[in-house]
Amino acid sequence: MAVTSSYTSWGRVLRPEHELLPLASRHAALPALPDGSATMLPYGNGRSYGDSNLNPGGALLPGRQLDRFIAFDPSTGVLRCEAGVLLSEILRLVVPQGWFLPVTPGTQFVTVGGAIANDVHGKNHHVAGSFGNHVRCFELLRSDGIRRVCSLTEHADWFAATVGGLGLTGLITWAEVQLRRVANPFMVTESIRFRSLEEFFELSAASEADHEYTVSWIDCAFGGKRLGRGLFNRGNHAPAAMETAWVPRGLAQGGDPHTRTVPITPPLSLVNSLSLKSFNTLYFHKQRRDVVSGMQHYRPFFYPLDALLEWNRIYGPRGFYQYQCAIPPERALKATRALLEAISASGMGSFLAVLKQFGAPASHGMLSFPMPGTTLALDFPNQGPRLHKLFEALDRIVLEAGGRLYPAKDGRMGAALFKAGYPRWSEFTSYVDPRFSSGFWRRVMEQA
Amino acid sequence: MRKILIVGATSAIAEATARVWAQRGDKLFLAARRETQLQSVADDLRTRGAPFVGTQVFDANALDQHVSLLQAATEAMGGLDTVLIAHGTLSDQNRAQTDAAYAMDEIHTNGLSVVHLMGLAGEQLASQGHGAIAVISSVAGDRGRQSNYVYGSAKALVSAFASGLRQRLSKQGVHVVTIKPGFVDTPMTASFKKGALWAKPEKVAADIVNGVDKGKSVVYTPGFWALIMLIIKHIPEFVFVKLAL
Repeated sequence: MAVTSSYTSWGRVLRPEHELLPLASRHAALPALPDGSATMLPYGNGRSYGDSNLNPGGALLPGRQLDRFIAFDPSTGVLRCEAGVLLSEILRLVVPQGWFLPVTPGTQFVTVGGAIANDVHGKNHHVAGSFGNHVRCFELLRSDGIRRVCSLTEHADWFAATVGGLGLTGLITWAEVQLRRVANPFMVTESIRFRSLEEFFELSAASEADHEYTVSWIDCAFGGKRLGRGLFNRGNHAPAAMETAWVPRGLAQGGDPHTRTVPITPPLSLVNSLSLKSFNTLYFHKQRRDVVSGMQHYRPFFYPLDALLEWNRIYGPRGFYQYQCAIPPERALKATRALLEAISASGMGSFLAVLKQFGAPASHGMLSFPMPGTTLALDFPNQGPRLHKLFEALDRIVLEAGGRLYPAKDGRMGAALFKAGYPRWSEFTSYVDPRFSSGFWRRVMEQA
Repeated sequence: MRKILIVGATSAIAEATARVWAQRGDKLFLAARRETQLQSVADDLRTRGAPFVGTQVFDANALDQHVSLLQAATEAMGGLDTVLIAHGTLSDQNRAQTDAAYAMDEIHTNGLSVVHLMGLAGEQLASQGHGAIAVISSVAGDRGRQSNYVYGSAKALVSAFASGLRQRLSKQGVHVVTIKPGFVDTPMTASFKKGALWAKPEKVAADIVNGVDKGKSVVYTPGFWALIMLIIKHIPEFVFVKLAL
C-alpha cells in the first residue's frame, strides 16, 4: 500500500506530496517504485533549504532509517557508519574518545549521507576543505541493483560524481570518514568587531595561519558608512594542558546543554525590516570591547542555532529562502560590496548573515560548491515577487563575478546560473541514476 | 552492569532499547530471525559501547530452541539478569478472518511463543533469586476490537500470563514488566498514515529502560495510552458493539 505524505525542506516554502519508500536495511535492494512515480530521491534529515532534497510528485527514500554505526577505531579515528547517522550522534560517540568531525556545517542535525551529497563545508574550510575531502570511501547503491564501493582510487569517477552529487547518483548506504583528534570538547575563541569589508578581508588573511576556524556575522541591514560592519569569530580546539579554571561553568564533560523549541509557527514572519535593524544594532554592540576572547564548549561555538530547535518557524507560514554564493578572490571585495548594497537598499534580508573566506583545498566533487574566494550566506523571509526581483539582481552580480550559488540552500535559481557556476554539470549528467531526480534538478535542467 | 538477553532484537523497539543499554555499558545477547540484520545491529551496539554483544539466529516459533537460547545467553555473558522479549508480527486482520490457519500462526508467534519463553526465563531467574523480564505486549490486548482482535487476543494472553507470573515471582526476587505500547512508528507500521498518537521507538525504549530500572509492573507507552485504554475498557458492551474502533 502506497502512502503519500507532505514533506518539506528547512526553508518551508514548499510542502509537496511524496510517496515514501521504506528502506529495510543497507543490505537490501532499493524498493520498487510505485505506479505513477517515475523517480525517487534520498531524503536525510531535511536540512537542505530549498528543493534539492524534495522530489514533488515522486518518491522519497527515508535515509534516517539507515542509522547504524558499523565500526569505530579509537586508535586511528576511522569511523564507518550507515549514511543516515546524524553528525550529532557521531559527536556524542567520539568526542569522549578524543575525536571530532573533520568538517562540520552550522548544524549537527544532518546525516552523513547528506553531508556527502552536498559536500558540506565549515568554518575550517581554509585548512580542511569540504566534508568530502575526509571521506575515505562509501558504498553507492544504484536502482539497477549495482553496488560500488567508491573512493579516490576505486571507482574514482563515481566518487567525484556522488560527493556533492545532491543524492542524484544513487543511494549512499554507508560511508567511512577520517575524524580529527581533539584533547577535549572545548574551543578557545575570539570575537573581533570590524567596521568595513576591507577590515574583514584583512582579519581573514591575518587569521588563517593560526586559527583553524573562522567565520563572520555581517550586518546587512544598513548601507552607507555602516555597510560591511560585523563580528569576526575565530577559534581553535583547546589544548590538552588546560587550566581547569578556564572551563566554562556548568559544562560538565558530556553533559547536554539545554535546547528550546519554537513551539508554534507565528502567523507572520517575526523577521521584518524593523526587527532587523534593531537586532543588528544590538548584536553589533553586544560586546563592549572590540576584541573578546574566551573559552566555549564546542556546541555553542559550532551550532549556536541548534540550541533553538525548529528556529525556521520564526519566518512564519510562508517560510524563507537562503541565498548563499561563492565569489572568486579577484572579484570578491567588489562583488560582496555590491551584494550588500543591493540587500541593504531592499530592506529585506535577516540577521542570519554569514561571511567567510574559503581557502585553497580543492573539493573532490564535480558539483562541489566551495571554491577559493568568499562566501556570503543570508536568510530572507519569503515575501513573494518583491524578493525574487532582489534575487535576480543578486544573481547578476554573482554571474558577472564568475561565482556560483549553493544548491543545498537554493530553491529558485535558473538553469543558466547553475550551468555557468558548475561547468562540469554535463559530465555529471551521465552519472545521474535514471530512476532518481529532484525538484531542484528538474528546474536547473529545465525539465517540467 | 546488566547481562541482558533481547529476543526479537532487530525490531525497532528492541533495537532502540538496546542502544540505551549499550551506551550504559551493559552486556547484551541478541536473538532474531534475520541474520544480516542481526549482525548489523550487533556491530552498531558494539560501536556504541556495549562491552559484549553475542548473537544467535533464532526463530521464536521453534519452541524446542527456547531452553538452548537461554543457556547460550547465560554462558556467553557469564550470567543472565534481564530478558526483553520483543519479537512479534503485525497480523493482517482481514486475512486472519478468512484464513484460520494463518490466524493460528499469528497467535502462535505473538502469544504462545512469548508465554513459553517467559515461563522458562521466569524459572531460571527465580532459581537464582533475582532478575527482570520485560515483555512487549500491546494496548491492543486490553480489549478485543474488530480491527485487530487476532493480534489483540494474542497480546491479551501475554498480558494475563505476565500478570500472573509477576504476582508469583515477586516473592522470589524476580520482577516482570508488561510493556503496552500504542502506535509506534516502525518499519512494521510503515504503511500506516501517522497522526498525533504515534510515538517514536526511542520514546518507547526510554519507557522500557525506566520500567526495568524502577521495577514497574505495567507500563503504557507513551503514558497517555493508560487513559485512552481506561476509557475504551469501560465502554459498555451494548455501546461498544456499535462502534467502529
